[in-house]
Amino acid sequence: MTHVLTFTRSTPDTAAKVWVDDEGAVTWGEVATVVNPWDEYSLEETIVQAAHGGGESTVVAIGSALHNDALKHSLAMGIKNALRLEEAGADCNDSLVWSALAAGAIRKLGDVDLIIFGKESVDVGTDQHSYQLARRLGWTMLGYVSRIIDADFAAGKIQAERMLEQGKQTVTAALPAVISVMKGINEPRYPNFLGIRKAAKAQIPVWSAADIEVELPKAATTALRFMNPPARAVSTEIIAGADVKEKAVTLVERLFEEKVL
Amino acid sequence: MSVFVWIETFAGDALPSSWEALGAAQTIADGLNTDTTALVFGENSDEIADDAGRFGAQRVIVCADDRLQDHRLESYTALLSQLVEERAPSAVIAAATNRARELLASAAADSESGLISDVIDLRVEDGFIIGTRPAYAGKVLMEMTANTATSFVTVRGRAFPAPTPAADSAPEIEAVGADAIPSELGVRVDEFVPETGQVNLTDAAIIVSGGRGMANNPCAAPADMSGNEANIWKAKHGFANTLRPLAEALGAAIGASRAAVDAGYIAYEHQVGQTGKVVNPDLYIACGISGAIQHQAGMRGSKIIVAINKDAEAPIFKLSRYGIVGDLYEVVPALREALEEKLG
Repeated sequence: MTHVLTFTRSTPDTAAKVWVDDEGAVTWGEVATVVNPWDEYSLEETIVQAAHGGGESTVVAIGSALHNDALKHSLAMGIKNALRLEEAGADCNDSLVWSALAAGAIRKLGDVDLIIFGKESVDVGTDQHSYQLARRLGWTMLGYVSRIIDADFAAGKIQAERMLEQGKQTVTAALPAVISVMKGINEPRYPNFLGIRKAAKAQIPVWSAADIEVELPKAATTALRFMNPPARAVSTEIIAGADVKEKAVTLVERLFEEKVL
Repeated sequence: MSVFVWIETFAGDALPSSWEALGAAQTIADGLNTDTTALVFGENSDEIADDAGRFGAQRVIVCADDRLQDHRLESYTALLSQLVEERAPSAVIAAATNRARELLASAAADSESGLISDVIDLRVEDGFIIGTRPAYAGKVLMEMTANTATSFVTVRGRAFPAPTPAADSAPEIEAVGADAIPSELGVRVDEFVPETGQVNLTDAAIIVSGGRGMANNPCAAPADMSGNEANIWKAKHGFANTLRPLAEALGAAIGASRAAVDAGYIAYEHQVGQTGKVVNPDLYIACGISGAIQHQAGMRGSKIIVAINKDAEAPIFKLSRYGIVGDLYEVVPALREALEEKLG
């Protein structure tokens, strides 16, 4: 049976203030987390493609119980199964450690045809996890997908449109594959009342590295410190003038003085 | 060991941001007492190799092969991973474009190396490469290092100056074979439709951006439209006929706020902000954008910000060096006229 899988995580809301506290830790105060905004598109696409293939959908989060919120949101949207991987002492902020755990879970599940990622995570702001997982699995990677033209699970192939900086590329690849999708690929649905109730009751299984028989690599990166960005020392000049024309002329003068024109 | 820099090319030309990456690589190479090696793969590699020399690369490795023609990740990764394995560079650096993000992450996984992505500052300390990168869409900065023999680094566009090219140079050029690339690739390219005539947001020195205010176009929508449909029409008309002429006069790219994209006023490719592109131009002109925190996260690195907004209380003004309180549909055309007068 077709099996489409996606990864997600909980992140602070994009409207939240995020800062570094006196101890040097990143905090967003009491603000609740949301499902990573980029993942709304991958969750929706996972539901759509699993239905299209007449099969199962699964969402996986790697890390602490913080990510249960994102998993429950995913279930409430309509994903069938949820799973969390947590390994004490593993530095899951390192993308190679993360992708080793992810690859272990995919191998353990054994029947996944298509993995769909959101473009990136708004917290760490990297989009390297999808590529590294594809590499570890030896699967084809299609990044920046703006449209799935057809996922033909019976024939084992996918045709998709990718958004590159220079234009749109249409590609065909064999399944299994890993893809990452862009905003705009679909209109993510809102969880309905029944979905939310069902998700609230769901027991989410937690797997450790031993459960998936993964020997974790050493973290290849170290985060040395977090800093608040320097304040933008800006004094605003509201351009004055008798009319719009005069204001426009003054602004152009200022921009020439600033040497940005 | 040398510092590798991937010179990204498209249709036989090097991307300008690749020279910025080469400049950043030179700083690292100096700190590690080594040199820089430019990697030029694909079409027109010989000519681009000479350019790489003029921009400061001491060595260039070129590889030309048909399978590099249409930019499939698999061929580039195979080639780069083989070079990394054979030559153990201290670092592999590239500009943080879509293709470079894919390529460096994939090759870093192959060699189990640390990747520091999207850095805005780089330095060497006790032989370690330390990169400063934005997290939480720039609300926080972090310093990161790789603990591996080779550090992979992508550098954010316009964060590092491109070196001034020398009139001529003679880098040591070495051609390598493409044996590493599998003869059968997993991806077939069916079609490519280039995006033409538009300035790329992340490379742009000037960006003119529109927000929700674009719907307040005094130009009337067709009579058979009403409500939301009419607003979309008016906003689209404004992007095409009010913002674009100013952008063209300035050689600027067109940006947009999430509100404008979500409302259907303009395509997602133009979105600046936390779930769009992060940009840092010399000049950012925000038209009819209130300046939500998500938008600020994408453009606060701009050198000079100008806000044009009817609402004098809009948060965007606090971030801006200059502001005009007024209707963008009056101010933007006036600005274009003033500019054309000034330039004669």
